[in-house]
Amino acid sequence: MAYFLQQLINGLTLGSIYALIAIGYTMVYGIIGMINFAHGEIYMIGAFISIITFLVLGLAGVTYVPLALAVVLLTTMFFTSVYGWAVERIAYRPLRGSFRLAPLISAIGMSIFLQNYVQIFQGARVKPMPPIVQGGFTVIESGGFTVRLSYLQLFIIVLTVGLMAGFTALIASTPLGRAQRACEQDMRMAALLGVDVDRVISLTFVMGAALAAVAGLMVTLYYGVVDFFIGFLAGVKAFTAAVLGGIGSLPGAMLGGLLIGLIEAFWSGYFSVEYKDVSVFVVLVLVLVFCPTGLLGRPEVEKV
Amino acid sequence: MAAASGLAVDKLPKPPVFWAPLVKDAALAALVAVLLSLPLVGLQTYDIGGGALGIRTHFDWVGVAGAVVFAGRLGLRLLHHLWGGRDRRAGPSLARLAAWGNRQTLPIALVGIGFAVALPLLPFSSRYLIDLGTTVLIYVMLGWGLNIVVGLAGLLDLGYVAFYAVGAYTSALLARDLGFTFWEALPFSGAVAASFGIALGFPVLRLRGDYLAIVTLGFGEIIRIVLLNWASVTGGPNGISEIPRPSFFGLPFARSAPEGVATFHQFLGIEFSPEHRVVFLYFVILAMALVTNAFTLRIRRLPVGRAWEALREDEVACRALGINPTTVKLSAFAIGAMFGGLAGCFFAARQGFISPESFTFIESATILAIVVLGGMGSQLGVVLAAILLVSLPEFGRAFAEFRMLIFGAAMVGVMVWRPRGLIAHREPTIRLDPYLAAR
Repeated sequence: MAYFLQQLINGLTLGSIYALIAIGYTMVYGIIGMINFAHGEIYMIGAFISIITFLVLGLAGVTYVPLALAVVLLTTMFFTSVYGWAVERIAYRPLRGSFRLAPLISAIGMSIFLQNYVQIFQGARVKPMPPIVQGGFTVIESGGFTVRLSYLQLFIIVLTVGLMAGFTALIASTPLGRAQRACEQDMRMAALLGVDVDRVISLTFVMGAALAAVAGLMVTLYYGVVDFFIGFLAGVKAFTAAVLGGIGSLPGAMLGGLLIGLIEAFWSGYFSVEYKDVSVFVVLVLVLVFCPTGLLGRPEVEKV
Repeated sequence: MAAASGLAVDKLPKPPVFWAPLVKDAALAALVAVLLSLPLVGLQTYDIGGGALGIRTHFDWVGVAGAVVFAGRLGLRLLHHLWGGRDRRAGPSLARLAAWGNRQTLPIALVGIGFAVALPLLPFSSRYLIDLGTTVLIYVMLGWGLNIVVGLAGLLDLGYVAFYAVGAYTSALLARDLGFTFWEALPFSGAVAASFGIALGFPVLRLRGDYLAIVTLGFGEIIRIVLLNWASVTGGPNGISEIPRPSFFGLPFARSAPEGVATFHQFLGIEFSPEHRVVFLYFVILAMALVTNAFTLRIRRLPVGRAWEALREDEVACRALGINPTTVKLSAFAIGAMFGGLAGCFFAARQGFISPESFTFIESATILAIVVLGGMGSQLGVVLAAILLVSLPEFGRAFAEFRMLIFGAAMVGVMVWRPRGLIAHREPTIRLDPYLAAR
């Protein structure tokens, strides 16, 4: 029971990170109907920028942890959003209205480019990060097994919930959110009614990148190591989360992320660690085959 | 109208250049470049020992990035302005070249095959060049195999390397555990890879294009992870070594053979040379690639080939015409997988050693890039792209570090510039002859 609870806490933490990345996939898919394959790399770039900002703050002599966290959070979100914007502008916008597979292939190229760009300029070695947030609660203690909830896990879960709430409010009740929902329903009609579609799409990428940056910061803090290759697996898992929840649906992405995190945690806890990545891929295949619309998605109707 | 305005533009005076918006635009682009490069290029992390990180500054590089982007953007906009934006997706000369290539396919193909056959005999050829040619031909064969799936049937497969791996491991395991030779293992490799293609294809082929892409990617990763972790059979990360080399009708290529077996050089009564095997391998893969090509060209004219291309263009219409999409897609998947498996078998025999490291996602992306850059559906384009992608990094060793960077950028660039690939071939393979149609 205690072991179960511990895996639940670990799974929720992991799931929060996946959910933040999954939102980027699901929003982009909802609006322009493409898989932003480079989104995993954006998350990796977020992790690198956060580690670099921590180092700079350390050199500048900032030692108060909450202040450092807040500064790193904002800096990382800002710089990573620029990357999100630039990727859309360079690799996807010229291809709008091109044939179906062109943006996907361009996205794969972008993903390879970004991976190697970071590898060349930051080195291929794993970047270590000393733990910054330490300590935690003991939830229960039973039979010699202690269930711990660290402050860091609490921070990750609370921050995710806060961002999700803010984000849902933004989509539901601001002019930008309204424009996004309009573009999702019918891009041409939205354009006719005066919505600047290009701007909305750009901002969608910016928001997705900002959330992925938060996920990158979290993973840096949580695992304490970052390398240029983390984006690939995380990207595929977050995409799986988006599909599981029903692609195009925001609550679906959050739910899917949590579920994928839980599946991964329980699989590693009860079966085998080596095959934990296989478990996620198997979930992806099963969902797509038996329930392609996901848990909260709308069925897709093909019009002729 | 387009032609008329093209003439008129030449006669009219050039429109004046409005510098302010151009400079402002270029300055914005430079600002973005500076923001992009500031954290990742300008601040470089490095190990200072003891598991800690230090940081180096390279703000000069940031400045260079900003300046280059400013100049580049300004130059691009000026060019665009002066040419009146007539051919932004340009390459009219390249387009003409591609069109010419499409008309003259047969002579080009014959010259290419002639060159490929004669390569080992040419005076400037060397062991290195033939080795390189063998690698190129492996990729050509993989490209042609994937072309069936992606180019003809229009199914984006991001896990093609899985079939390559299945073929390679099948032949390696047959050789290790049952003592099969290369030629005995070859058909099994193809058959096993094809059945993996069917096993994967059966559940997932009713998915839409990009979903299918992600599932195939997941499949490729599953195969790789299983190969890596199932150490008792596959040897795990250590792989399988001492895979037997192909023999020439039972004659091995070796300095000396066991009692009662003649080696290749003894049988022909010539001096032993290690180059014989290299040349022989080259011809084996050349033959395998050409068989793949001949097969593809033939099957395109059969009903199933026609159905692939029809399905690529419009699935709903095909369904309405009574084509069963699942069977047709499945056949494309299985045949593509089979050629991947055959190429894998050759790869295993050529290297003599395989490990999961040879079958990563990057490999799938490379093969896909060869198909896409060449122009999907174009057999000739695949050859050009394979030569370009495989041999250029070989010649430019100085660029080795930047190889994948350029590779990714080229994939984006080609998609933006010519989304249909270098030699776009989307002409229907069948035309209704007006004479026949009138009858």
